[in-house]
Amino acid sequence: MDWQGQKLAEQLMQIMLLAFAVVAVATGYVIGSFQMMIMIYAGGVVLTTLITVPNWPFFNCNPLNWLDPTEAQKHPKPQQSVVSKKKSTKKVVPYRITLSDSPLSLSSEDDIMFLEIG
Amino acid sequence: MHSFGYRANALLTFAVTILAFMCAIASLSDNLNSPSPSAEIQILNINWFQKQTHGNDEVSLTMNISADLQSLFTWNTKQLFIFVAAEYETPSNALNQVSVWDAIIPSKEHAKFWIHTSNKYRFVDQGNNLRGKEFNLTLHWHVMPKTGKMFADKLVMPGYRLPKEYR
Repeated sequence: MDWQGQKLAEQLMQIMLLAFAVVAVATGYVIGSFQMMIMIYAGGVVLTTLITVPNWPFFNCNPLNWLDPTEAQKHPKPQQSVVSKKKSTKKVVPYRITLSDSPLSLSSEDDIMFLEIG
Repeated sequence: MHSFGYRANALLTFAVTILAFMCAIASLSDNLNSPSPSAEIQILNINWFQKQTHGNDEVSLTMNISADLQSLFTWNTKQLFIFVAAEYETPSNALNQVSVWDAIIPSKEHAKFWIHTSNKYRFVDQGNNLRGKEFNLTLHWHVMPKTGKMFADKLVMPGYRLPKEYR
């Protein structure tokens, strides 16, 4: 629901409940039946619930303008280029590295390094 | 009003509050009713009149009770509780009230009635003051509502007298 729809829903609910209550009391008093008053009011509550509580389309006549998807694509979230720190199964494979890479676990055997991944 | 749960909660709370106001209005409308009840009690017979072992007087009566209490019923009346009390004065108590019969009247149709009965509850004095005693029979009623305030009133019928001697 948009803002206008929410306001409409609230007002509609209050007006409808009050109107049904007035009709119920008046009818009950004139007929002389307490039962009838309760039945009319209960029917009114159910009707009001059906009209104001679900998210009907007519509550969304002034929709909000969310940001266009193409705008968001121009500013992507940065990719993750480091090893993930999860402690699941670890595989060790040989990997040749240069000094400009980010820190990895190293074993000092000649110039073959081992990279723990996973 | 931004979600289903929020709207459902707001509606339910408001509906229950309004229901409370409706019940208050229904109760207040009972004040608009101006009833005109009537009743008559005839004592047909004093069955016996003895002094009990503990020294207290006891009477057994047979009565004819007739009443028209239909005007007490409103749209907001659940039932009518009525009882007949014998009222008299003794040297030790300024007022004695002894309930001798009661009934629940569930609807307007039953409110105009005639009943021939002995006393449902024992008519026992605190002492032995009942010989020749003059007493009133008072019909009390409590109008019990469906919602709201209960009204109670009574109709006093004076002029009854017990025998001078035990029977």
